[in-house]
Amino acid sequence: MTTFLADGREIAAKPGETILLALRREGIHVPTLCHMDGLAPSGACRLCVVEVEGTGNLVTACSCPVSEGLKIRTRTPRVLEARRTIVELLLSNHPDDCLYCPRGGKCELQHLAMDLGVRQRLYRGAKSKRELDVSSPSILRDPSKCILCGRCVRMCEEYQTVSAVDFIARGSRAFVGTAFNAGLNLSSCINCGQCILVCPTGALSERSSLDAVVAALADPTKLVIAQHAPAVSVSLAEEVGLKPGTDVDGKMVAALRRVGFDRVFDTSFAADLTIMEEASELVHRVTTGGVLPMMTSCSPGWIKFVEQFYPEFIPNLSTCKSPQQMMGAIIKSFFAQRENIEPGNIVSVSIMPCTAKKFECARPEMQPNHVPDVDYVLTTRELGQLLRMFGVNLAALEAEAADTPFGERTTAGKIFGASGGVMEAAVRTAYYLITGQEMGDLKIQPLRGMKGIKELRTTIGTLDVGAAVASGLGNARQLLDQLRAGRKDLQFIEIMTCPGGCINGGGQPIGADLESVRARMQALYKIDRDEPRRVSHANPWITRLYDEFLGKPLGEKSHHLLHTHYHKREVPL
Amino acid sequence: MVEPDIEPILARHPGAGRETLIPILQEIQTAHGYLSKDVIMRVGKHLNLPTSKIYGVATFYNQFRFTRPGKYHVQVCRGTACHVKGSLSVLEAVVKELKISPGQTTRDGLFSLEVVACMGACGLSPVVNINGEFYAKVTPRKCTRILQDCRHQEHANAGC
Ligand code: SF4
Ligand code: SF4
Ligand code: FES
Repeated sequence: MTTFLADGREIAAKPGETILLALRREGIHVPTLCHMDGLAPSGACRLCVVEVEGTGNLVTACSCPVSEGLKIRTRTPRVLEARRTIVELLLSNHPDDCLYCPRGGKCELQHLAMDLGVRQRLYRGAKSKRELDVSSPSILRDPSKCILCGRCVRMCEEYQTVSAVDFIARGSRAFVGTAFNAGLNLSSCINCGQCILVCPTGALSERSSLDAVVAALADPTKLVIAQHAPAVSVSLAEEVGLKPGTDVDGKMVAALRRVGFDRVFDTSFAADLTIMEEASELVHRVTTGGVLPMMTSCSPGWIKFVEQFYPEFIPNLSTCKSPQQMMGAIIKSFFAQRENIEPGNIVSVSIMPCTAKKFECARPEMQPNHVPDVDYVLTTRELGQLLRMFGVNLAALEAEAADTPFGERTTAGKIFGASGGVMEAAVRTAYYLITGQEMGDLKIQPLRGMKGIKELRTTIGTLDVGAAVASGLGNARQLLDQLRAGRKDLQFIEIMTCPGGCINGGGQPIGADLESVRARMQALYKIDRDEPRRVSHANPWITRLYDEFLGKPLGEKSHHLLHTHYHKREVPL
Repeated sequence: MVEPDIEPILARHPGAGRETLIPILQEIQTAHGYLSKDVIMRVGKHLNLPTSKIYGVATFYNQFRFTRPGKYHVQVCRGTACHVKGSLSVLEAVVKELKISPGQTTRDGLFSLEVVACMGACGLSPVVNINGEFYAKVTPRKCTRILQDCRHQEHANAGC
């Protein structure tokens, strides 16, 4: 233990700990901009300065380790002035259109200016003016609002190992952009949206489909259908000011009906369907000597990652479409037939924790005969806005059940929302398919939690199974490199693009810390603990869907509607 | 194969790490006069660095160009001495005459324009350098004429 003095109070710190972290534990909040929890300090913004007693030096709390007997002051006029000046300088060329900004009210720069008492414009620079990048189906970039904190660059490079964006040029001309300053759609960006979550300003946001959805809702000739992903019901609460980890499933269904959706389906139903297909595919691959390890295909950022960086592993990807796309496909086929509606009169909207889903639904493979399986994707954030725009008070609504036939789900489909959930659900069903019996204890602890890579060795019947789960593409890359180097003990791999899985997706509420993400995850596992139906193959509507329409898993119809293929992509890596 | 051929340069840096990035880019620039997209991606592969990173580093320094230089490579000095002697209006005249901005090459591939900080010829300021040849104490008019002469020369050579 190292002890130091902050504002005259003695504080204990772990050896080597930074001033910032030691102070935080004591409840002293030092403002930061370039700092990112879990990554090495960059010391670029200097907002976190504190004053060293005696010398009067200002040091950056985020990068300066505590030393024995160090005496600092965190709130002298000099410190406050320095911090305020930094913010004033950042504002000097800022576009100043907070009222029209997608991040309005949730902008860190705005909050800093308010908290530090910036009340007038002291420095007047030429307003930063750069073109919007609207090229990506998922991410909207407004570089004129960028304050060059570097957080998106580091997220993309250090967590995701994609490096689609970096600092370009120098000095006052510097900006964050892609290789050759091309549109994001031409870059290696995999549309994960993690950069949006870490951006302090409105420089990064999702490409919104809200206008199109609002128009569809107002069109009496259309049947507008919503599906909501497993992770949305445990995170939407934060959009409306409720406690992180509150499950608002039934209230959300009620809210979607109030907004005007004609049917509300649960993507977790399609997750159950995915499990039926994917577990069958795994069993098929294992018993017929197919390509192994099989890798999950529900996370569209991951798919693009493989197509670009590791095309040799394309044959390992499960051919299953993602739950979103499976749901889209059966809505416009089975459901349309059942209700006797022209698929063209259905507008299929999915509510997702994800920005890459916008890219996925626009992939040509997902538009059989030019009819898209899914028409529009709204993120959790966009749904929050839709509810506010329409004046629907989620908290006040009574819970309602989702519609038949695709409203019924098991908890196996629900835990898809957390990293490890797909694997856990698949193992449960694979066990049943192989042994004809249910697993004794359905909970598979090694697959749970926020760790980047989780592994499981188990026997199913006579089969030895090696399974690995990774979330965050840097972790996925580690696994792939092990396979490249000859690792042979794995049969099944689950990859989620976002750290922790969909609960931490790029379309989720802004400003969530690790604790909130954990709370979302716990909410999913609580549902799994408390509800009786916990295996996908026990979903009665899944059975009916196969009986009445699909035939059997991996059958002709499934092949047609529920499976797809991937291809190598050429982008600047 | 990428255009222009940089394999001989890369071959001189086998198994190189990121610290050789700038020397490699410099060698390519010296040999070929610019860094094409293909070249940047190829260097990335060689050093196992993302393309965005290499582009970022290369744009950090003024010395790198990203378009093929023209037959006449025009450098306008914007150093202090030249600035005092009116190099800004010289630059503006060149931009107007060639209809390109610094860093670009004209469509016909004849001219490229570069702004440099100081060429060490302050006694001759303002100074313009075309393909290594210094033009001293230029004025906007004089400079425009020099460029027009180059163009006429080319057209005469082409026989039109
Ligand atoms: S969306 Fe993901 S891959 Fe694309 S720039 Fe942002 S962090 Fe990088
Ligand atoms: S886009 Fe946002 S996260 Fe990226 S450098 Fe700019 S302000 Fe920071
Ligand atoms: S947060 Fe410490 S220097 Fe930016």
